[in-house]
Amino acid sequence: MSQATLERRSTALPSLSVPAASTALWFFMLVATSLFMLFLMAYAMRMDQPDWRRLPVPDVLWLSAAWLVLASLTMQATVMIARRGRMEAAHQTMLAGGVCTLLFLCTQLWAWRVLGQSFADTPASSFFYVLTALHGVHVLGGLWAWTVVWRRGVDGTRDDAPDEVRLMTLCARYWHFLLAVWLVLFAALGWLTPELVRRICGTG
Amino acid sequence: MTGDAHAPHGFWTRYVWSQDHKVIAIQYAITAIAIGLVGLVLSNLMRMQLGFPGKFAFIDAQHYYQFMTMHGMIMVVYLLTALFLGGFGNYLIPLMIGARDMVFPYLNMLSFWCYLLSVLVLVASFFVQGGPTGAGWTLYPPQAILPGTPGHDWGIILMLVSLLIFIVAATMGGLNYVTTVLQARTEGMTLFRMPLTVWGIVMATILALIAFPALLVSGIMMLLDKVAGTSFFMPAIVSMGAPLDYKGGSPLLFQHLFWFFGHPEVYIVALPAFGIVSDLISVHARKCIFGYRTMVWAILAIGGLSVVVWAHHMFVSGMNPYFGFFFATTTLIIAVPTAIKVYNWVLTLWRGDIHLTVPMLFALGFISTFLIGGLTGLFLGNVSVDIPLSNTYFVVAHFHMVMGVSPILVIFGGIYHWYPKVTGRMLNDALGKAHFWITFIGTYAIFFPMHYLGILGMPRRYYAFENYAFIPQSAHTLNMWISVIAFIVAAAQLMFLFNLAWSVRHGKPAGSNPWRAASLEWQTPQTPPAHGNWGAATPVVYRWAYAYSVPGAAEDFIPQQAPPQPGVEDEPHMPRRTEVLS
Repeated sequence: MSQATLERRSTALPSLSVPAASTALWFFMLVATSLFMLFLMAYAMRMDQPDWRRLPVPDVLWLSAAWLVLASLTMQATVMIARRGRMEAAHQTMLAGGVCTLLFLCTQLWAWRVLGQSFADTPASSFFYVLTALHGVHVLGGLWAWTVVWRRGVDGTRDDAPDEVRLMTLCARYWHFLLAVWLVLFAALGWLTPELVRRICGTG
Repeated sequence: MTGDAHAPHGFWTRYVWSQDHKVIAIQYAITAIAIGLVGLVLSNLMRMQLGFPGKFAFIDAQHYYQFMTMHGMIMVVYLLTALFLGGFGNYLIPLMIGARDMVFPYLNMLSFWCYLLSVLVLVASFFVQGGPTGAGWTLYPPQAILPGTPGHDWGIILMLVSLLIFIVAATMGGLNYVTTVLQARTEGMTLFRMPLTVWGIVMATILALIAFPALLVSGIMMLLDKVAGTSFFMPAIVSMGAPLDYKGGSPLLFQHLFWFFGHPEVYIVALPAFGIVSDLISVHARKCIFGYRTMVWAILAIGGLSVVVWAHHMFVSGMNPYFGFFFATTTLIIAVPTAIKVYNWVLTLWRGDIHLTVPMLFALGFISTFLIGGLTGLFLGNVSVDIPLSNTYFVVAHFHMVMGVSPILVIFGGIYHWYPKVTGRMLNDALGKAHFWITFIGTYAIFFPMHYLGILGMPRRYYAFENYAFIPQSAHTLNMWISVIAFIVAAAQLMFLFNLAWSVRHGKPAGSNPWRAASLEWQTPQTPPAHGNWGAATPVVYRWAYAYSVPGAAEDFIPQQAPPQPGVEDEPHMPRRTEVLS
């Protein structure tokens, strides 16, 4: 048996295994996809009731979408810069990605104020608040992971740049997922109509 | 070296805030059994009313429905799901795949504490104003949150909050189990060398990860209907003579979401049971499992199909006939991989060296009860048969046989089987056999006659059956006997608990491998396994977990990590080594 194999078998699990984190992230994204998909199906089914009134979606959501697109691109840039070994620049780019994400959350709160309807006013407003809040919670979770990875990088005490790059890659993957979910939600909130649902389901 | 960041350093980190999968498994198991006992007592309280109506003044209709609701939810979610995934899953996955622990020990610990919190919130509902919810375990709106239903105020809120916390716990645990199996298997432990227990638990976990979000979605929306006045599920409705503010919501939407979770939930409980019973039968019949690969594919097929059958729980709600046809067909198709598993268990037993140990007795009992419960499922899968039977005791008999008695028999079998590894001591055999026979015959005597009550048209969910001309006196007498047997079966569980507690100190020393089993968990250097499980080095695996009675082998089992013996073909489900080499 090779020395490397012996070492691998005798070593305890590392405190954070990056391949394990990657697998767990894929499965977490599966769970979150299931969650949002079911909410959207409920949204579409609820639309079919006669009391449904379309919600005028605030224009400020376009700004939200822009912030999240920027955040997602910035996180991708972070990975590309880190892969070239420019870790200092990567940390700064990652910081910019985090700031864009915070701005996204602030803009979402602004959209809540602009909407001007209470939670229980109409079924559409109830769904609007629930879906944006749920997405916001997932963004906050991402920011927690972002903080862990960013601090790990900037404190400079660990000599494991390859692991750091891989963790940045995981952050970028999650940010792309958050963006994809938001774009689907935005499209559903803004443009899905009872007529369209009936046409898609073949019941109209 | 085996030390790591989460090694215990004292009493608190060893037994309370432990990150060791084995301790967490025991914490899960003790909590699940404790809340399961509450569920058992509730069932007996219901039987007191059904067997001896009006004799116990404290059981009024309100209390009856509260007992029924809490019994159902406790048994399905807080006992069976938690014990199979959190208990067996936590203990067995790392040991069976040769890992030192779960890949995220801290997350694992959080999972247990969230589970405990969910149980405490659930129990708290017994003590709030109005008591726990009595909406039925399916919590259907609109009645679940309206006055007239017991616990419509705080009871339903605490139930929903408890479920939401449970889902968080199950998700944390589930991510850990799947990732551990995919990332932390020891050298040589290919997917097709894993014991079927691991396959069953992993597939159930994946189902949980996909299906629990449906319960989360419906739980959040119903909670908002209750506390924020939204109308996700609540239609325009008059309650107690007064119109409410709700309008336009769809109760059917809740049913779809609930059963999108609810039916996979059956398999979240059943698949680990299938896996465990496969291992018990193979070990105690000293024979390799028949059709290992087919068993794996059957587990995967059942898991896949289980997410497209949910609306068979809603035939009586009314639906497009084409949908009814689709859901009836998919439901009946599930019988195929399930039947394959039953055939394979029987064929494993065929000409095996069967040892009628206590775990084996429970495994055999499971095959019998699962067969009965599965066959009545074929009746109910047909729309035209389901509609007249749906609201009768036939359904109560069916689901208790298939997902009440059957998995609980496997849980008992599993505990008798792995207790020696967990504690280093055997459970008392005589007490175990008495426990099995009383439980097995008793549960049959309770639930088998209910099929006849159902065919007679006796409605389920009723608090009292006085003055129904179509129900003969013999049905009432039968109900009384069912109740008496239910009390005896419940009392027999005390014997099991005594055995568990007594044997920890006074049981016969077990040694490291009392059943002479081939799978990896029995090959640890210490029994009970120490932190890190494997001492200096994790094992290397050379074969599957079912090398029993192999021709030419020195013993009647070959452990998974024993080096290959020349001329001994110990892995018949894999391509021959010579073929691989060529």
